[in-house]
Amino acid sequence: MAHFTKATSVKDWLNQRLAVEKLEKVMMSEYWIPKNINFLWAMGMVLVITFALLLVSGIFLLMYYQPNVNTAFDSVNYTIMREVDFGWLWRHVHGVAASVVFLIIYIHMFTGIYYGSYKKGREMIWISGMLLFVAFSAEAFSGYMLPWGQMSYWAGMVITNLFSGGSLHADGLVEWIRGDYVPAQAFLNRFFMLHVLLIPLAIMGLIGLHFGALRIPHVNNQDGEEIDFDAEAKKYLDGDKAGSKVMRFANDFMSKDMMVVGIYLIFFFYLVFYNYGFAMDPVNFDPADGLKTPAHIYPEWYFLWSYEILRPFSTNVGLIAFAFAQVIFVLLPFLDRSPNTVPANRRGLFAVWFWLMLVDMIVLTAMGKVPPSGMFSTIGFYAALTFIGLWIALPFITKMEKKV
Amino acid sequence: MKNSSRRGFMGKAFGAVAGVGAVASLYAMKKSWDPLPSVKAAGFTTLDMSAYNENELITEKWRGKPIFVLKMTKDMMSKASDKEKSRLIKVGDSHFMVCLGLCTHLGCIPGYNPNEKTFLCACHGGMYDFSGDVTKAPPPRGLDIPPFKVDGNKLVLGEAGPEYKKMKETGITL
Repeated sequence: MAHFTKATSVKDWLNQRLAVEKLEKVMMSEYWIPKNINFLWAMGMVLVITFALLLVSGIFLLMYYQPNVNTAFDSVNYTIMREVDFGWLWRHVHGVAASVVFLIIYIHMFTGIYYGSYKKGREMIWISGMLLFVAFSAEAFSGYMLPWGQMSYWAGMVITNLFSGGSLHADGLVEWIRGDYVPAQAFLNRFFMLHVLLIPLAIMGLIGLHFGALRIPHVNNQDGEEIDFDAEAKKYLDGDKAGSKVMRFANDFMSKDMMVVGIYLIFFFYLVFYNYGFAMDPVNFDPADGLKTPAHIYPEWYFLWSYEILRPFSTNVGLIAFAFAQVIFVLLPFLDRSPNTVPANRRGLFAVWFWLMLVDMIVLTAMGKVPPSGMFSTIGFYAALTFIGLWIALPFITKMEKKV
Repeated sequence: MKNSSRRGFMGKAFGAVAGVGAVASLYAMKKSWDPLPSVKAAGFTTLDMSAYNENELITEKWRGKPIFVLKMTKDMMSKASDKEKSRLIKVGDSHFMVCLGLCTHLGCIPGYNPNEKTFLCACHGGMYDFSGDVTKAPPPRGLDIPPFKVDGNKLVLGEAGPEYKKMKETGITL
């Protein structure tokens, strides 16, 4: 048995039993971060904070929300919004955070793409990150069902209908997912379970994997430089803090991180208090009605780009294009054939690819919002083709890339 | 078996037990997500067809979806083409249009004009005649007809009778 001595302090007592000092070193003070980074490297911490906001606000909403088709709408729009003290705060924090979290995820993703942070040993960071994106998408969708308004109902109808696979007519699968012929009590109850338990559990597990995947390859830097972390850490610990290329995660890096988080939180609560409307669709303030379709059914802004890839094609081709768009980002580390881990602006054609992809996704998002007719329909169609074309071209243009 | 160690055997034995357990639990989980018997039982709607007035559109509900029921007038029947007649359901001496009231384009609910005897979908301008057949795009086909069975003066929705099966075979409905 391990040998324990009489503790000299509380810290010593804990140290002997839990090795808290060692833990603090491994997780914080001797977890090394490159110095050559910018504010975009703080997006991970911004996401952690946003997830915490979602969790805390969600806990309070959970205490009054009722997952029943007859009472769900009123439990949100009457009980939480009017009766519960500060109920509006939790709801608006939850709604705004659910929307903003996708904005930050997209920034985080495109930062990774720009700096090549998915290459050379960092593939698992990228893959676990994309799995998180999928889990967050499922979490957003299942949460959107809960207020049981018109958009909840019809988005639930349309999205579950996708699983019929177009001409495959797999109606049995759709009914199995819903537990009914149409979204009803069974549907609301199971999506409630998914939203508050199963998917959050998966998200927390994936966050663990995402962080774990960072340990060995370490965080990338602005030049994609390969750093000998052991040597640089030794230099730092030996006193040459200025000469070392790395710094401590805490408190060095964290202090800058939390500065960015502070600015972000001011922006976030500005939205919560003064501009929450964008996260609250007016159509969803009508209770769900299976006998009345809203004139336009559209998803929240963060799903518009993939919705627009589905829309301009015929049913079957659209579904295939949609499925392609959902999985293709995961394969990025393998489709990029170039050996260079440097920012996109030093990678020739890849820089063009990067900016085209970014602009194309913004165009798709804008076109997904407007009704599918005339000019908009045409632009959406070509933007969807461009999206697919860019991914097909990626292996070829990166293969031709010269080593820098 | 001769070359494997006892630990190896124990590992395989546990794997077998766990494998059977995993398959059995997956089966139970799948079945737990199935629609409940009460939900399935509620999947049938019986309509008393003697209660409808001619040329008056009534919206019934079947499996949470709107069902259009329109009783034909004599005048409508005499004007109807063969194709239109093939979409109608004969109960007793009367003819009825019974269709899912969802536009086959994007699932909006069309409205009926009893003077013009046509359906118009306000979302994207699709039109249907009184038999539910499409007369103006974008809808790709006429209104879908739900599975039905004629039972005397009643119509049971959710059960496929011989008339419905014939409609399906001849491609009148999906």
